[in-house]
Amino acid sequence: MAADNVAVPASEINPVGAQAEREQRKAGLEPAGPAGAFDWMAALRSAGQAAFLAGVLAFFFIGMSTDIAPGGLVLSYRWLGLVYAIALVFFGRLLLEAFIFHAAPASARAIAAVVFILVVIGMMAYGVPGSRQANRILVGAVLGALVVAVLYVVARWRSGARTAARTKRVEAAPRFAWLARAATIVLLLVAAVLPFLITTFFPAQQRQYIDLAILIMTYVMLGWGLNIVVGLAGLLDLGYVAFYAVGAYSFALLSTHFDFIGFWVALPLAGMLAAMWGLILGFPVLRLRGDYLAIVTLAFGEIIRIVLLNWYQFTNGPNGISGIPKPTFFGLEFVRGSGGFADFFGIEYSTIHRFMYLYYIILILALVTNFVTMRLRRLPIGRAWEALREDEIACRSLGINTTNTKLTAFAIGAMFGGFAGSFFATRQGFVSPESFTFIESAIILAIVVLGGMGSQIGVVIASVVMIGGIEMLRNLDFLQEIFPGVDPVQYRMLIFGLAMVAIMVWKPRGLITTREPSAVLKEKKKIGADLVAQGEGH
Amino acid sequence: MEYFVQQLVNGLTLGSIYGLIAIGYTMVYGIIGMINFAHGDIFMIGSFIALATFLILTTVLGFAFLPVVLLIVIIVAMLFTAAWGWSVERIAYRPLRGSFRLAPLITAIGMSIVLQNFVQITQGARVKPLPPQIQGGITLMTGQTDAGPIVVQISYMQMIIIVSTIVLMAGFTLLISRTPLGRAQRACEQDTKMAALLGVDVDRTISLTFVMGAALAAVAGFMFLMLYGVIDFYIGFLAGVKAFTAAVLGGIGSLPGAMLGGLLIGLIEVFWSGYFTVEYKDVAAFSILAIVLIFLPSGLLGKPEVEKV
Repeated sequence: MAADNVAVPASEINPVGAQAEREQRKAGLEPAGPAGAFDWMAALRSAGQAAFLAGVLAFFFIGMSTDIAPGGLVLSYRWLGLVYAIALVFFGRLLLEAFIFHAAPASARAIAAVVFILVVIGMMAYGVPGSRQANRILVGAVLGALVVAVLYVVARWRSGARTAARTKRVEAAPRFAWLARAATIVLLLVAAVLPFLITTFFPAQQRQYIDLAILIMTYVMLGWGLNIVVGLAGLLDLGYVAFYAVGAYSFALLSTHFDFIGFWVALPLAGMLAAMWGLILGFPVLRLRGDYLAIVTLAFGEIIRIVLLNWYQFTNGPNGISGIPKPTFFGLEFVRGSGGFADFFGIEYSTIHRFMYLYYIILILALVTNFVTMRLRRLPIGRAWEALREDEIACRSLGINTTNTKLTAFAIGAMFGGFAGSFFATRQGFVSPESFTFIESAIILAIVVLGGMGSQIGVVIASVVMIGGIEMLRNLDFLQEIFPGVDPVQYRMLIFGLAMVAIMVWKPRGLITTREPSAVLKEKKKIGADLVAQGEGH
Repeated sequence: MEYFVQQLVNGLTLGSIYGLIAIGYTMVYGIIGMINFAHGDIFMIGSFIALATFLILTTVLGFAFLPVVLLIVIIVAMLFTAAWGWSVERIAYRPLRGSFRLAPLITAIGMSIVLQNFVQITQGARVKPLPPQIQGGITLMTGQTDAGPIVVQISYMQMIIIVSTIVLMAGFTLLISRTPLGRAQRACEQDTKMAALLGVDVDRTISLTFVMGAALAAVAGFMFLMLYGVIDFYIGFLAGVKAFTAAVLGGIGSLPGAMLGGLLIGLIEVFWSGYFTVEYKDVAAFSILAIVLIFLPSGLLGKPEVEKV
C-alpha cells in the first residue's frame, strides 16, 4: 500500500485503496449521466414507486395508532398524516431525481422545485383557520424553498467536485496542515474561555448552556477514551458504558460509605477500578475479533447494568445512589457564606461558579485523555496498537505480544471511561442504572466512528454536531410554531439515528478521513481511515 | 417432575420465537457478513403490525372466526414487515456494500434507534396490552406438590406456535435447498464475487434475504404478541440480542443451527427463571453468548472459520 502512495503524491489527500475509489465513484464524482434532457417519465415512475413504498411502510404506523381505552385497545386514524407522508415522499423524490440523481436542465429543476414548494405550502396551510392562513402559507414557502436551496447547493457542490476530479486533483494537503494547526489552537482557546463567553453573552441561559458544554465535553472525553480501544487498537467495543458505570458507581459507593473520600480522592480510584474491570472483561474476549467482539462487549455491558439493577443490598437497585458529594476546589466548597469558594476569593456568590468549575474539571480531564493518547501513540505500545489494528497475524509474526497489547488498550480505555463516570456521578449527585443503557454505548461509538476512527479532532466535531445539535432542539421554540402539536424534544433520538445513518452513507469513513501519522520515517503521509479495519487488516 | 415438564413446554415455545428471529440474523450474516442490528426492531415492527391488523379485523370489520383472522393477521404482518426489511436494507446497508466493515454496523445501530423512536413517536411509549385471544389448552399431566396440586398444560397458543414454527422451518429449508432463489443465496454465501460473475443478481438476492428474514421475524412478532399479550417499542432490543445469541450458539450461517440455538436459549432462559432467579435470566443468556463465543466460536453446527493470511 505504501508503494503506490509514493508514486502518486496527489492521492495522499484521499484514503488510498480500491475501496475508497469505489466509494468516491458512488458519491457522484463520476458523471451521473449526460446532461440535457430530463426523463420525466422515469422520474415520475421512481417517485411513484417510492411513494407506494412509503405508503406501505407508513400505513400501520402513521396512518393509525393503537391506543389504550377503557374497553381494551382501540385504533385511532390519522389518514391526513398518511397522505402528507406519501405526498412528501413522492414530490421529494421527484426533487431528488431532478437535482441529485440526474443533471436535469434548469427548466425541469424549476418545475420540480415549484411543485414541491406548492405541495409544502398546501400541507402547511390546509385545515388552518383563515386568519392564520397567510402566516402558514409564508412558513410553508420558506420551508419548501429552504429544502430546494439545500438541494441546489448540494447539486452545485457535487458537479463542482466532479469537474475538479476530472481536471486535476486538488493539492490541498500542505495548505490544510497549518490551517488545521491554527484551528486546533483557536478551538482550544475557545474551549478555555467558553464559560466566560457564555456568562457574558447569554446571561439569561448561562446555566443551561454551560450544562450543555459540560455534556458535550463529557462525550468528547468518552469518545477519546473509546478511541484508544476502537480507533487505535481496532477492538470494536459496544459495551464501553460498563466502564463509565463502574467509574460512576465506584465514586458513588466510596463517597457514601467513607466520609473522607471526596471527588479528587475517588477519581484515581475510580479510574483504577474501571481499568481493572477493563482487564477482567478484556481477558476472555482476547480471541474474538470484529463483530463478535462487538456483540460480546455489548453482552458484558448489559450484564453489568443488570447486576447494578438487581443487587439491591450493594447498589440500591433501580433507586440508585443519591447524595454524592460535589467536587471541591482545593477544599473550598461552592456554598454561600463563609468558608465557601466565593467568600475565600472575595467575589460575590453565584450558583454558576460551581458549573463553571465542573466545566473546567471535565475540560482538563478530556485534555489529559487527549494528551495521554497522543503520547501513547508515539510509544512502542501505541504503535503496537495501530499495528494490531492493521494486521493481527503480522503482529504476532513480528513478535508483538498481542495479549498484552489488547489488554493495555482495554484497560487504558476503560480507565478514562472510569474517570468520566466518576465525573458524571459528581455532576449529577445521583447515579442509577438507567443512565448506563446500551444506547449510551451506541452514542459513544457513533461519535468515534462518525468523527473518523482514530481522529482526535473528529471526535470533537462529532460530539458537537451530534450531542450539541440534538440538545439544541430543546431550545428551538419556533419549531413548535411551524409544526403545531409537535414536541421537537421527542424527536431527538429519531433525528440522532437518522443523522447516524445519513452521515455514514454520505461519508462511510467518518467526517475526518485522514490524519497525520504519529511516527514518521522520512516523509509525512496521510493515513486513510480505510486502514482502520478493526484488527483485520486484510 | 411436573414443574420440569411445564417449564420444558414453555421453554420450547419461547425458543421457537427466538429461533424464528435468529434465522434472520444467521442468513444475513451468512451472506454479507454483518450483524443486522436492526433485526430485533424489525421483529418489534412486525408485532405492532400484527396488533393493528388484528384490531382492524376484529373491532372494525367485525370478523369473529378466529382461525381465519389469525391467518390473515400473519399474512398481512409478513407482507408489511417484509417491506420494512427491504427498505432498511435499501436505505442503510446497500449504499455501504463494499465499504469497510464497521460502516454497516454503525448504520444498523442507527437504523435500530430510528425504528424504535419512530414507533415510540407514532404509537406512543406505553405498553399495548392485548388480552389472550385463544384460551385453554390440553392437560398433559397432573401431580401433587407441597404447595398444592400442579397441572401441566400446553395451551392451544403454545401448540400453534410450535406447530407453525415447524411448518415454517420445513418450508424454509425446502426454499433454501430446492428453489433457484435458495441456490442463489447459497452461492452468494460462499462467494459473492464469483456468484455475480456467474450471473446471480447479488443485490436482488441480498434484498430477498432481508425480506425473508423480516417475514419470519414478523411471524415471531405475531407469536410474541399472542403469547405474552404485551408489546412496546423496546421489545426488539432484548429479543434481538437473545436471538443473535441463539444464532451464534447454533453456529452463525447455519439455518438448523439457528433453530437449535433458539430452542436452547429459550429453554435455558425459562429454566433459569424457573429454578434460579427471574432477575438474572438475561444475564444467563448474555453469559452463554460470551462463553460460546470464547470457547466455541463456530457454534454447535457452524463451520469453523479459517484464518486467511
